[in-house]
Amino acid sequence: MAEAQTAERGDSTEKFVGARIILKALEEQGVEVVFGYPGGAVLPIYDELFKQNRIRHVLVRHEQGAVHAAEGYARSTGKVGCVLVTSGPGATNAVTGLTDALMDSIPLVCLTGQVPTHLIGNDAFQEADTIGITRPCTKHNYLVRDVNQLAQTIHEAFYVARSGRPGPVVVDLPKDVCMAMGPYTTAPKGVQRKQHKTYRPKTKGDSAAIAHAVALMAAAKKPVFYTGGGVINAGPRASKLLRELVALTGFPITSTLMGLGAYPASGDAWLGMLGMHGTYEANLAMHDCDVMINIGARFDDRVTGNLKFFSPGSKKIHVDIDASSINKNVIVDIGIVGDGASVLEDMLAMWKARRYQADQKAIKAWWRQIEEWKARGCLGYEQKGKLIKPQYAIQRLFELTKHKKTYITTEVGQHQMWAAQFCRFEEPNRWLTSGGLGTMGYGLPAAVGVQMAHRDALVVDIAGEASIMMNIQELSTAVQYRLPVKVFIINNQYMGMVRQWQELLHGGRYSESYSEALPDFVKLAEAFGCVGMRVSDPKKVDDTIKEMIAIDRPVVCDVVVDQKENCFPMIPSGKAHNEMILGQDGKTGKPITGEGLALV
Amino acid sequence: MAKKPVKTAAKSQPKAAKAVRVKAAAEDQSTNLYEGMIPVARLRDKDIYRHVVSVLVDNEAGVLARVIGLFAGRGYNIESLTVAEVDHERGLSRINIATSGTHQTIDQIKAQLGRLVPVHVVRDLTDDGPSVARELALVKVAGIGEKRVEALRIGDIFRANVVDSSTQSFVFEVVGNTDKVDAFIELMKPLGLVEVSRTGVAALARGAAGIEK
Ligand SMILES: Cc1cc2nc3c(=O)[nH]c(=O)nc-3n(C[C@H](O)[C@H](O)[C@H](O)COP(=O)(O)OP(=O)(O)OC[C@H]3O[C@@H](n4cnc5c(N)ncnc54)[C@H](O)[C@@H]3O)c2cc1C
Ligand SMILES: Cc1ncc(C[n+]2csc(CCOP(=O)(O)OP(=O)(O)O)c2C)c(N)n1
Ligand SMILES: [Mg+2]
Repeated sequence: MAEAQTAERGDSTEKFVGARIILKALEEQGVEVVFGYPGGAVLPIYDELFKQNRIRHVLVRHEQGAVHAAEGYARSTGKVGCVLVTSGPGATNAVTGLTDALMDSIPLVCLTGQVPTHLIGNDAFQEADTIGITRPCTKHNYLVRDVNQLAQTIHEAFYVARSGRPGPVVVDLPKDVCMAMGPYTTAPKGVQRKQHKTYRPKTKGDSAAIAHAVALMAAAKKPVFYTGGGVINAGPRASKLLRELVALTGFPITSTLMGLGAYPASGDAWLGMLGMHGTYEANLAMHDCDVMINIGARFDDRVTGNLKFFSPGSKKIHVDIDASSINKNVIVDIGIVGDGASVLEDMLAMWKARRYQADQKAIKAWWRQIEEWKARGCLGYEQKGKLIKPQYAIQRLFELTKHKKTYITTEVGQHQMWAAQFCRFEEPNRWLTSGGLGTMGYGLPAAVGVQMAHRDALVVDIAGEASIMMNIQELSTAVQYRLPVKVFIINNQYMGMVRQWQELLHGGRYSESYSEALPDFVKLAEAFGCVGMRVSDPKKVDDTIKEMIAIDRPVVCDVVVDQKENCFPMIPSGKAHNEMILGQDGKTGKPITGEGLALV
Repeated sequence: MAKKPVKTAAKSQPKAAKAVRVKAAAEDQSTNLYEGMIPVARLRDKDIYRHVVSVLVDNEAGVLARVIGLFAGRGYNIESLTVAEVDHERGLSRINIATSGTHQTIDQIKAQLGRLVPVHVVRDLTDDGPSVARELALVKVAGIGEKRVEALRIGDIFRANVVDSSTQSFVFEVVGNTDKVDAFIELMKPLGLVEVSRTGVAALARGAAGIEK
């Protein structure tokens, strides 16, 4: 053993079996946890996993769950998540997770088993063209045909996953390569690592462009920061710098769904989330601003609404590490390709060095306008009567957990939007949701991944009764690894988000959106070995939540809520920021017609 | 609430004269303010332009599929695409893509190509200075009598080689830029054009510098 260890340290002539090389490479890359599921093609790798104890393997119950769990792990730690699945169905089951990670810029390395090289192309047992299938849903993928390339390929996969705009990378591993003997080579270090022969993303923003951006900001009368997931991707330092810049300029700030927590919700300049279900004040500020400073957000259609009417009078600055995000949906005046943290740092330095000062009078007037919009209280709702309002349940959950180290994941639907509106995040990396792909079934496995990384934290999946059924099997994983995740089901017995659109767009014809034949979630929880709870009385919400978070085991809490509640504000598809529907006056707006009907 | 954010560290500092100059710069966004700035007017231009984009890539399995998949998946137009290894030692291939779109779309195409991992360089041979482009076409024309003679005569004018002939047909080999090849084929239509096989565009920038600069 001692001998082997000496030899293992550097590059040497010593040979290892492929599967061992894989684990050595993972170890060197700092992998602590692998989420996976075994099968014939990856048996050699599982055999090596068995022989060591440095890397933990978490056995999920479905490969989609493995990928979402790795996403949860990655987003909550800033590290690269790691997945191991078998060939054929193992790989195809991972596809939704990979696409999700691609859309949300989550760094992952997914190792997929493959049939032996000599059988590739023969329709062998459990063969799938994994490289072909995953090409459009990964940042990059590799097929390793030669054991001599194995270690370097895995190192490169991690480099690609985490560098530039992060994303998922697949490494397809034929079984014979995993069983062949080959050398281990260490990962390129330092300068060498930065000099990948082709992939060298630009992280430093162009200083002339930054100078003009800062000048534009200094002259602004109605500015707004519009920040996104890129600030989270850029690491906690970016959040810190962003807070500094906001404080220094005094400008208001809004964020996308993906960027929540980068700027604290308790901060003075916070407008709340923007976009389709964003706040009135955030959307109107975007519409009326004269200078927009976009940092790490991608002008998604959920955010811009109708592009023709999007922030018509503003000069736009866009900071993004991916050049292809700039001028893709919205034409901007100043595009800056670079890492969020690096550019924010330069902006701060320039603002200070040039002794810029915001136009105080104008900014004050702008804030007065914003305060007027805020006074509408667009997130207002009334908890009255015998039914629990979904907003109330989520707001109470937030109030009763905000003093703890809490991580919130969600499924997809109305509950997700209410969670975004009512959970007020103070820190980055605490909020995990499927934004770009909108994958129902994301939240529970993601919570499993978060809890694996943060054993002492409170991890809650705010779920819908329909979504939770999509990856409910991961409760077994939570039980097996003693992960005390909490599944907080906002049970409205409808695919609420679908029902809401049918109400607003399709004349209230609720085609197939009723959650028929639901299981008894309490019994279901118990059958899995979790604790099951149910609450339907508004007066008991607090006690139920307190009880739930006091239990040091996985809990499923079935919160029976008002079935007919809609999520507002809402910018109907095809409409502009200043055409929001506000909910609290009971008005649900006119039916959506024309172009908007065809949009998603 | 509204007041607090404007109270910043900068408050005590004198209002810099610079702030005034800044305003002027901010108002004039129509021109190029710094090197590399893409003028908004250019991006708003809705006209369609034809571009030849050359991409130097690692000659690895699947690299062409990545490029084609990108165009198909994002709905970009491909007029022609050529690919061949150009540096065996370093394992490099060059892909030349003739495409068309608005400035905004072309910029997107280049940015999307640029972020593919095996891509070394993306060069816009239409925008980044003068270039030469050639393609070769084999053009089969069948006919007798006057039409046959006329086809030969036009072939001569276009400096096309006859690479196959029978009593009733010719196969011409014509080389030139896309417009020339298009024109030749157009003229062959009334003269008994049977079929065409084209290589697509190969292109290089003029001058001493290579694609890697
Ligand atoms: C039902 C539903 C409703 C939704 N409603 C809304 C809504 O109302 N409002 C809303 O905002 N969203 C909403 N979304 C989410 C929406 O679909 C998008 O996922 C989201 O808006 C995208 O966030 P983003 O722009 O921050 O980009 P992200 O997807 O987080 O992308 C990050 C961007 O930052 C860049 N980047 C990455 N790393 C760095 C770095 N280091 N430095 C700089 N830049 C970097 C990337 O290149 C990319 O352009 C909804 C989703 C669902 C499922
Ligand atoms: C995998 C998947 N299939 C379909 C959809 C479309 N969809 C979006 S929200 C939604 C309903 C979700 O219902 P539920 O989980 O009960 O949440 P609610 O909206 O009621 O809060 C559906 C079907 C999706 N986002 N993901
Ligand atoms: Mg529901």
